[in-house]
Amino acid sequence: MIKNKKTKKVSSSLINMGLALLITCTLSALSLGWVEELTADSIKKNSYLKELAAISSVVNEFNNNPYEEKMTITTPNKRHKLDLFPIRKDGVINSFAIKTYSNNGFGGRIEMIVGFYIDGAIKSFAITQHKETPGLGSKINDDKFKQQFNGYNPQKGIFKVRQDGGDIDAVTGATISSRAVIKAIQRAVDAFNNFYQTGVKDETTES
Amino acid sequence: MKQQSLENLTRGIIRENPIFVMMLGMCPTLGVTTSAINGVGMGTATLFTLILSNFMISLVKNIIPETVRIPCYIVIIASFVTIIDLLMQAYLPELHLALGIYIPLIVVNCIILGRAEAFASKNSVLQSIYDGIGMGCGFLLALTLLGSLRELLGNGTLFGWDLFGEHITPMLIFIMPPGAFLALAAIILTVNKLRRNRQ
Repeated sequence: MIKNKKTKKVSSSLINMGLALLITCTLSALSLGWVEELTADSIKKNSYLKELAAISSVVNEFNNNPYEEKMTITTPNKRHKLDLFPIRKDGVINSFAIKTYSNNGFGGRIEMIVGFYIDGAIKSFAITQHKETPGLGSKINDDKFKQQFNGYNPQKGIFKVRQDGGDIDAVTGATISSRAVIKAIQRAVDAFNNFYQTGVKDETTES
Repeated sequence: MKQQSLENLTRGIIRENPIFVMMLGMCPTLGVTTSAINGVGMGTATLFTLILSNFMISLVKNIIPETVRIPCYIVIIASFVTIIDLLMQAYLPELHLALGIYIPLIVVNCIILGRAEAFASKNSVLQSIYDGIGMGCGFLLALTLLGSLRELLGNGTLFGWDLFGEHITPMLIFIMPPGAFLALAAIILTVNKLRRNRQ
């Protein structure tokens, strides 16, 4: 413990200790509340813009607001809820985006938006959140890895990394991250199939 | 007095650099410095926290009873960190995406509490701010240096610029956790050598 003779120390009685803690905590709570209120709108807007940018980057050209028609779809075992965004150009659905995730990344949860053509083939995907190793697992976000997904239909091939006997080349040194990406996309595909078979079938025919 | 101010301002940058000399705050140092830009971001966030917390703590040093000073300091520091976290999320979302999980770590960064305890709780407000700036800059410098070295060796880039092209394979280990220790050791070795030569 540091003793200093220049500044006088306040003696510690039960009352002033309690008061000091109470005042410090109250002031800090007040200032935090104020800043939270100040920034809440911006933060919400940022996450919305980020998601919208991610959607735009993985689907065909569109001019509707994907958020207006947002639907919640579930995987066949009803355990995972995903968001489905239909993408329309002049009222006609030309592709759709699904917000999906996997908890099996090297650094935990990976969240992404996958874009599909109307026939179920993948167009592209955008990682919105991940904690993979920078320089290794983070390369799942590089075009070099993404390109091989363009036009690939997960239902027509073996949708696995090559090490597991599939069609997809994993990122060098980041097989776990690559598997997680595939798992997340597979989840989106399962959920969509489940929705397509059991749910509203006029989704595509109506428009 | 002027001499003293200058001394407090510059001391943290090289001579008492928190990382290379005092060896404080190793956890964020080793954890975040996978790229130069991460080092700059984390260093800047810590610099601001350090200045604000030093300022605040030197302001309240005479009204806080000695026995409860540590809890009070921690509450003050944690509040500032949360405020910085929220502001970054709102106005610098890109940087927040890269540093997100490390920001809360600033609270337990021992440089902040160390300077509060060793300097701000004993000195005037102005001198404490000087000390915060000096130590913060030293920390920023150290993190930038370490981040640049690791990014350069481990990924072949510097601040995202590709320096070597495709044909050179970078030493990936420097991006991974063991590389942090190796790179830090190499820098500390160089700094110690330089300091010894000057004496």
